[in-house]
Amino acid sequence: MSTLLIVALVGALAVVGYVLGVRRAMASADGDLRLLHSLKSYYGQNVALLVLVPSLLVLVIWMTVQPLLIEQSVLGMISNTDVAEGSSRSLMMADVRRVADGLDVAVAQGAMSREAASDVRVDFTNVRERLASVGVAVGSTVTQTTLEAAQKFRALSGTGNMVRGIVVLLIAAAGFGYALKQTDKDFRARNVVERGILVLLIAAASIAVLTTLGIVFSLIFNTIDFFESFPGADFFFGTRWEPSFSGRGGASDLGFLPLIWGTLYISIIALVVAVPLGLFAAIYLSEYASNSVRSIAKPVLEVLAGIPTIVYGLFALLTVGPLLVNIFGADGLLGVNWMSGGTAAMTAGLVMGIMLIPFVSSLSDDIINAVPQAMRDGSYGLGATQSETIRQVILPAALPGIVGAVLLAASRAIGETMIVVLGAGAAASLSLNPLEAMTTVTAKIVSQLTGDGEFNSPETMVAFALGMTLFVITLALNVVALIIVRKYREQYD
Amino acid sequence: MNDMRIVKRDVDMNDIKISAKGVQVYYGDTHAIKDVNVEIKDKTVTAFIGPSGCGKSTFLRCLNRMNDTIDICRVEGSIQIEGEDIYDKRVDPVQLRAKVGMVFQKPNPFPKSIYDNVAYGPRIHGLARTKADLDEIVEKSLRRGAIWNEVKDRLHAPGTGLSGGQQQRLCIARAVATEPEVLLMDEPCSALDPIATAQVEELIDELRENFSVVIVTHSMQQAARVSQKTAFFHLGNLVEYGETGQIFTNPQDPRTESYITGRIG
Repeated sequence: MSTLLIVALVGALAVVGYVLGVRRAMASADGDLRLLHSLKSYYGQNVALLVLVPSLLVLVIWMTVQPLLIEQSVLGMISNTDVAEGSSRSLMMADVRRVADGLDVAVAQGAMSREAASDVRVDFTNVRERLASVGVAVGSTVTQTTLEAAQKFRALSGTGNMVRGIVVLLIAAAGFGYALKQTDKDFRARNVVERGILVLLIAAASIAVLTTLGIVFSLIFNTIDFFESFPGADFFFGTRWEPSFSGRGGASDLGFLPLIWGTLYISIIALVVAVPLGLFAAIYLSEYASNSVRSIAKPVLEVLAGIPTIVYGLFALLTVGPLLVNIFGADGLLGVNWMSGGTAAMTAGLVMGIMLIPFVSSLSDDIINAVPQAMRDGSYGLGATQSETIRQVILPAALPGIVGAVLLAASRAIGETMIVVLGAGAAASLSLNPLEAMTTVTAKIVSQLTGDGEFNSPETMVAFALGMTLFVITLALNVVALIIVRKYREQYD
Repeated sequence: MNDMRIVKRDVDMNDIKISAKGVQVYYGDTHAIKDVNVEIKDKTVTAFIGPSGCGKSTFLRCLNRMNDTIDICRVEGSIQIEGEDIYDKRVDPVQLRAKVGMVFQKPNPFPKSIYDNVAYGPRIHGLARTKADLDEIVEKSLRRGAIWNEVKDRLHAPGTGLSGGQQQRLCIARAVATEPEVLLMDEPCSALDPIATAQVEELIDELRENFSVVIVTHSMQQAARVSQKTAFFHLGNLVEYGETGQIFTNPQDPRTESYITGRIG
């Protein structure tokens, strides 16, 4: 029984349950609405909820657990001797799944009868060719073990799916019967439905939280894996980043320092650009601009925030980089030769700074507007000019919030990838010269994972360690920023 | 009641400090102040009373051009302080506000230390040549604000940490630190408890020796206690203006009488 069919049946049962629930409630009250405890639709919703929620919950759990169990039992059939040289159990398992799927397809297309699919043997038929004829490609020749495993796989999932369908429908029917039996004019259907809605909302919130936890845990475990194959001291304190992919031979230097140096250097350049510009723009918009200017300028500024970062990256690569070379490069305007190529920390930093301007300005704008008008009145009332008021009263009052905004911007700068990939170059170097190519943690995660590398060498696993470190840094920045912003809020409320 | 005792105190200074003629104020399309004429005397406490929304605070804010900070507000007519039209193009509102101090309804100390709050005005206007000068101005202002004894040991504590009444007296001290000629007070006691109110009222009476004080208040008892002249506003009109004693005991206009006896407002 397919999943879709089960869901459709349960859904239909819920609709029927809704209608019957409403009818039964009305009947128990002799058709008088006022005698019901709740509005009549609540009785219907109550039945529908009891049909849907438990059965679909069981369905979801079943669908997660069944493949795991089947895999376990099928894996037991494959002995170590069957595993070919250069292969692994997990690769064998992948073959088994492909063959099983292929047999399913073959049966569905009529190229093989149901019996033939479960009896087929490698000695009589070339399974690989027959599967290829229905459009399923299997990487290596199918061995007897694989085929038997695949057949067992099919049989088990077939039974599993059948039992699953029956169990889910039984549960739905049980919910249906129980809810209808409950339905009566004095039954508090509204309270049950309210609680159901509460549970639904909690479920939505916990999915978000659990996903975050899942991401963090997968990072942590993979990072631990990495440190088992690569010494932590070399990672954290190494000053050279020279990964060599296995095959070419030689050990890699996976030093973290040049990458974090590049990250911080580029972020600082970005902040040096973004903070003054963003802050001044915010001050102008919130204190000086007339309503008509603000209503145009603010959205226009915020359009900057909507530009995809890859477009900023192109801008860095094609416009800002060559421009900087024209100024600082050989034969440039300044007549110095400080810059050899367009990709440099400065290029990426400048463009990233432009990207961050709306971020800083819109947060600072909110914070400046939150400073009570009474502060401005007090200052103007003493004969202060506008800029004196801003410098001496508004900015000090808004400072904690602005610091928070800057820290949030910093954590975005640290996590930024595309601008760096395109604008900063790929050489990891511990250099002080901002006109030299540098690279960042994020850019190196990208380059370590794009390519043919398998996910078991330190050269690829290092991506998780890099990601984890980056995550810890930005998390710390965000926490500090939030604490500062919250402290600031208490001041005026 | 000791109201009458204060009222009967001689008002022997007859110089006109502020003279307003034909003042009209518009907020967008709303006509908030309609043709107000009033002459405010020096070294006198003048009270503006009237129901909410009658325009008394708006008129007060015209006297130091605080309404300039509101985009949609438009002022017509002439307001002269010592014969000089304050809405003249040559007048710098910033200098005007240094001369006409203001205290607001809600105490609004800056999030700075007590000392810096008071020193704010003198620093902006360059009133002190040395640190010692500034210390002296701060002390003198805090004494005038009747709060020196309470804060002299913690001048560098934040002004926002004081109680409401102390904050309001700090704001008054801050306003007098720039040596204004006129002090405008917009319901200075409405956020305060009776004890703090009594302290501020006593302070207002002392300030009369040096400044011309204009106070907006919702409390008629307060107007009777602290002022020598009272103006009654209603729906944007100045209904009646005269000696406080006369307004409260023998009002000429039936609207004034209705208001002070509690029948309208």
